[in-house]
Amino acid sequence: MNQLTSLHLTLNRIERRSLLVGVVGLVLGGAGFFLDRSQFFQSYLLAALFWLSITLGCLAILMLHHLVSGRWGFVIQRLLESGARTLPVMAIFFLPLLAFGLHDLYEWTHKDVVGQDELLRHKSPYLNVTFFWARAVLYFVIWFALAHVLTKWSWEQDRTGDPWLTRRLQAVSGPGLVLYVLTMSFAAIDWIMSLEPHWFSTIYGFLIVVGQALTTFAFLIIILAVLARHQPLAEVVSRSHFHDLGNLMLAFIVLWAYMSFAQFLLIWSGNLPEEIPWYLHRIKGSWQAVAISLMLFHFAVPFFLLLFRRTKREVRMLVAVAGLMIIMRLIDLFWLVVPAFQPTGIPIHWTHVAILVGMGGIWMTVFAGQLKARSMIPVHDPRVQEALHHA
Amino acid sequence: MNATGIYGLMAEFDAPESLLEAARRAYREGYRHMEAYTPYPIEGLPEAIGFYHNRVALCVLVAGLVGALSGYLLQYWISVIDYPLNVGGRPFHSWPAFIPVTFEMGILFGAFGAVIGMLALNGLPRPHHPVFNVSRFELASRDRFFLCIEARDPKFDRAATEQFLRSLGPQEVHEVEE
Repeated sequence: MNQLTSLHLTLNRIERRSLLVGVVGLVLGGAGFFLDRSQFFQSYLLAALFWLSITLGCLAILMLHHLVSGRWGFVIQRLLESGARTLPVMAIFFLPLLAFGLHDLYEWTHKDVVGQDELLRHKSPYLNVTFFWARAVLYFVIWFALAHVLTKWSWEQDRTGDPWLTRRLQAVSGPGLVLYVLTMSFAAIDWIMSLEPHWFSTIYGFLIVVGQALTTFAFLIIILAVLARHQPLAEVVSRSHFHDLGNLMLAFIVLWAYMSFAQFLLIWSGNLPEEIPWYLHRIKGSWQAVAISLMLFHFAVPFFLLLFRRTKREVRMLVAVAGLMIIMRLIDLFWLVVPAFQPTGIPIHWTHVAILVGMGGIWMTVFAGQLKARSMIPVHDPRVQEALHHA
Repeated sequence: MNATGIYGLMAEFDAPESLLEAARRAYREGYRHMEAYTPYPIEGLPEAIGFYHNRVALCVLVAGLVGALSGYLLQYWISVIDYPLNVGGRPFHSWPAFIPVTFEMGILFGAFGAVIGMLALNGLPRPHHPVFNVSRFELASRDRFFLCIEARDPKFDRAATEQFLRSLGPQEVHEVEE
């Protein structure tokens, strides 16, 4: 009992500090709205995309876990569920963006620009504000329904111990994963790709989906390393769980590199005027340093580090690599989004930091609160005994 | 101390748990040259007989790097030195175009490294092995679990080792002829 409370104390501490950081960050960032409105919304979009990526990453990995039932999944299942439960907060965070930010962010919302642009006129049946809103609502409704059903049944199983709920969780997870990939692909097209409405890439949605899963694995490794110091996780989490999570992170690093390069290779080979400017904006001036750092630190360095068994079994080393990946995911997102507004050079603005940290504080508060409310291990899942026994 | 004509001593168990326990105790006793034979993989058994590192991963890494490098150099030699072609005004040394073949060559050689390295390291294919001299050994592919302590182990002693193996509670202890 004593040790159970040590976990609760940690979560309480995380909750309190995150709330403080969140409120301060958002108040500061909110001031940015009155100083520079379009800068504010750029930073806001970036922060919302980053934190949404962990929420949806948790949802996606949760469904993956139900489908494959790997032993790595049971020790993080409650983390995944709590992450997915932050979705309502993310929906609230997206509201001001969708309600007031579109005109500041998206060129295609300007009637005069579209009127003079043949291509944008042809795209307007899809890229118009009403349909954009309708799609955003649809995405959130689908994600919310999946998160709700998956967490509700799992917690019901905690209470009742009904083994058949596992079957229902699995039955939802298969189609759910397909739905998530589809909706997130379209969301990526709507929210990020349409920042530069002339440009298109069919692999872009998958690239964002893979990035979300990668961000989430890095996040989970760090959180698990913190929480595994306390009971009851201390008893069940072993090096081999971290080894598995490290391998999964490695797989997504490789997948990210594969897709990023596939997109680049096709556009580079085609060298067409409506495609190539997207890359030209991103490798010119100070952006070139960012592009090179992505190749090195988002792929090459973590790839070679994670090839070694020791990196994945020494928790400290794995946490260090995961921390690097979180930073690189942020830089990647920055590199995808910001050159649309600032093609000449890197604009580091204080609102980027304030809103990102503020939103993260609120996110972590909700996450820790959700985590506190349930047991850390899904004890009544019929698969869990075997999985923990073999670990 | 090696008795001539003996490959080792082999204890037969009827449950994986007993074999696992026996292997751990044999390792603690100081035996290093031993091998366990089971009908299916048993978690923790390789570690129990002191087998932590296999070099297959290293073979794959080295072979993969050699493959990737040779793939890249091959393309470089063709496109820059031997037969330079102007394709759409691009430089002869257009590295993005070289990456797919480099990658595939890395994968191909890595796979060769895995298969050939595995065969080289575990000594397969091998038509005969002394353990087959024990007639009951064919049960190793059915429902029995064997632990063989080899005579080349410095600690091996015909009588003492047999006594030790018997103390582990096996079904039987067999002498494996060379």
